[in-house]
Amino acid sequence: MSTSAQTLLAPASGRRRTTDRVMRGVLALGTLVALIPLVLVIYYLFARGLKGMSAGFFTSDPTGSFLGEPGGVKSAILGTLEIVALAAAIAIPIGIGVALYLVEFGKKGLFAQIVRYFVDVMTGVPSIVFGLFIYITLVTSGIGGSFTGWKGSLALALLMLPVVTRSAEVVLNLVPEALREAALALGVPRWKVTLKIVLPTALPGLITGSLLAVARGMGETAPLLFTSASVFGTTYNLGERMNSLPVQIFQDISQPNDAIVNRAWASALTLVLLILAITLIARLAARRSAIT
Amino acid sequence: MGAGAARTTPAGRSSFERSAAARRADPLFRGGLTAVSALVLVILGFFFVFLIVKARPALAEQGVLSFVFSNDWNPSKDVFGAWPLLAGTLITSAIAMVIGVPIAVATALFITELSPHRLRQPLTILVELLAAVPSVVYGLWGVFVLIPKLRGTEQNFSDSLSFLPFVGGSVAGPNYFIAGLLLAIMILPIVSAISREVIATVPVEHKEAALALGATRWEMIRIAVLPYSRSGITGAALLGLGRAVGETIAVVLVIGNATQVGEHIFDQGYSLAAVVANEFGEAANDPLHSGALIAAGLLLFILTLGINGIARALVVRAERRQSGTGPTPEPVGVAGMSATGGAA
Repeated sequence: MSTSAQTLLAPASGRRRTTDRVMRGVLALGTLVALIPLVLVIYYLFARGLKGMSAGFFTSDPTGSFLGEPGGVKSAILGTLEIVALAAAIAIPIGIGVALYLVEFGKKGLFAQIVRYFVDVMTGVPSIVFGLFIYITLVTSGIGGSFTGWKGSLALALLMLPVVTRSAEVVLNLVPEALREAALALGVPRWKVTLKIVLPTALPGLITGSLLAVARGMGETAPLLFTSASVFGTTYNLGERMNSLPVQIFQDISQPNDAIVNRAWASALTLVLLILAITLIARLAARRSAIT
Repeated sequence: MGAGAARTTPAGRSSFERSAAARRADPLFRGGLTAVSALVLVILGFFFVFLIVKARPALAEQGVLSFVFSNDWNPSKDVFGAWPLLAGTLITSAIAMVIGVPIAVATALFITELSPHRLRQPLTILVELLAAVPSVVYGLWGVFVLIPKLRGTEQNFSDSLSFLPFVGGSVAGPNYFIAGLLLAIMILPIVSAISREVIATVPVEHKEAALALGATRWEMIRIAVLPYSRSGITGAALLGLGRAVGETIAVVLVIGNATQVGEHIFDQGYSLAAVVANEFGEAANDPLHSGALIAAGLLLFILTLGINGIARALVVRAERRQSGTGPTPEPVGVAGMSATGGAA
């Protein structure tokens, strides 16, 4: 039923008003439905998660005992922080470097378009495939041990890289061209313009994008299953097997022991709060940006 | 650009001119950044080739077509037909699209066109919070909340509406529907965010023209907003599909991991990503089995590449159309807003 100009010009009939009201209601209802899972997930996370936070939750390692005291998740929390920190240290510089190339040099050139396309492709690659990549290239070949923390970091870095690049490209594009031109006109070389003018101007936005990438990487399980695997004890050596929160939760879910399942809920709550904290910092950084 | 703009005087080096070392810095900087970009392409290409090489033994043994379409996945007998897995991936993704996309689009329309101005930002943030929850947490919630709480409702639904296609039979605890429902929740934020951006590109003039002609709000949405943003919303939905197809951890926990093609949506099944996550440990010492898993990963990779390629083209075109002469609009949502979205 197409609405022609004539029917529109007539005062809205009762039927049209009713349709309007009904459809507005449907859209509002849809929004409400979208928020139901959020409320439920948050409710269960707190209701069950707080219960699972036993005395030694943050200070002891998993014991590996299926029946007795399950222990805490210290090794998993520290492992997640270590693995993600290394992943960020790899992905953020490279990701921003690629974005700088695209915005400052490549622009609309053929090579830049190809790079842009493949970065897009990377955002769509399922995270388990990145895990599989690292598994078949580095883990099965036994380079530097079999399962190690740094291999997990590499898998996460691959996942985070396109996110960093895409967001950095957007922010760098927002830096006013006049700033660059003014500096160039004063005779400042291109690299200095980029490092001293463009990057500082875009900094808050770059931080936001990078932190959001970190938050995304932190919650990933699949790439770590094949790469850093899991272990009970705490280690600070990225060259060894390393525990992580998502993997710990994944393994705890299938245990037929309530104490372990409760630990999974508590770990999930911890993980979500960690991710939310990083997301929040990212938003605050965005607020300081002068160029949105 | 700027370098070399200053003229040299006949007397020799002008005070504006740079030393030889300084002149070399710029090409070096540019070269370095280009090399980093090229490195990303090389890594991606290398992985793709390596996947194919490693999947080769299994694919050669089984035959590519028979690997994809034969309905028998039995590692203990070295028979690898991935159809039950592929079917599970497609069924759960389809359920996710049917449930998730309409709700996501409704959310996007409500936030951009109907909601009071003050509510816009809070609603946007709330919907995006869904993307901050990691997939393993959705899986945990699915296993201990959704599966037990929905089972009765599912059984009633299955019994009373068994005349519908794919509905009926007795409800298995973990099943396609639960997996699809979780996926719907997980793709909601990304589909909604990108739809919102596409809808925001509808020219105000079009909307005002409709309203000035006396259209009601809904009529304005129907005749001005939806036709203009249709291809972009389709792209957004496809990006969501790409996510759903590749999602692993949430699915592996709630799909039942049975290597069969279930007849009903409440039957147990398996998915491509789930089988890789589940069986890689036991496959480590069996080159044929691990080759088959890598082939499953390759199939997943190609599937998501195809879906995302089409989706990206639709979204970029939709967002570019509006700008005309302005700066190139980038699909911010993909990188910025939904960055926390998790396919794990």
